[in-house]
Amino acid sequence: MNLAEQSAALLMGLAIFLGLIRMMAGPTNPDRLVAADTLTVITTVALTGFAALFASPLYLDVALIYGVLSFVGMVALARAIEGNRS
Amino acid sequence: MRALADTFLLVGAAFAFLAALGLIRMPDVFNRIQAGTKAATLGAITFLIGVGLLHPEWWTKLVAIGGFILLTNPVSSSALARAFLLAGVRPWHAPGDHVRDALPGPTED
Repeated sequence: MNLAEQSAALLMGLAIFLGLIRMMAGPTNPDRLVAADTLTVITTVALTGFAALFASPLYLDVALIYGVLSFVGMVALARAIEGNRS
Repeated sequence: MRALADTFLLVGAAFAFLAALGLIRMPDVFNRIQAGTKAATLGAITFLIGVGLLHPEWWTKLVAIGGFILLTNPVSSSALARAFLLAGVRPWHAPGDHVRDALPGPTED
C-alpha cells in the first residue's frame, strides 16, 4: 500500500465523514435523505476498495448486494414521500 | 500497471470526496442531490476501473457493480428529487432571481 493508495483511502474516509456531517446536521429531512443516498454509493465503492485491500473477492459480493438493496430502499422511500398521486 | 491503477484509484476517491464536499457546500436540497449524484457516479466508475487494474481476475463482478451503479444511481436520485418537488419542497433561488415563478412544482392553492 503505497502513498497514492493511502491518499485514496484517506479521501474515501473524508468523503464518508462529510456525508455523515450532512446527515446529522441537515436542516431538513430531505437533506438527510440525500446525504444517505450519496453515502450508499460511496460505501459501495469503499467496499470494493476493501476487497482490493484485503485481496478477498468476497467483499465484491457484499458491495453488489449492498448496492441493490440501497437502490430498492431509496426508490421505496421516494415513493413513500411522493404519496398517492398515481 | 500498478501506477496506472493507483492513478485511477486516487482520481476516483477525489471525485467521491468532491461529491461529499458538494453535499456540505451547496445551498439547498436540489443542488445537493445533483452535486452528490454526478460526482459520486463518476468517482465510482473511476475507482472500479482502478480496482480492476489492480486485480484483473475480478473483472466480471466489477463490471456488474459498475454497470449497476451507472444505471441505478441517477434513477434513484431522480425519483428522490421528483418526490421532494411533489411533496412541496421549493427550489432555492438567488436573491434578485425572477425565474422562480416559471419553475414547475406544486401550486400554492
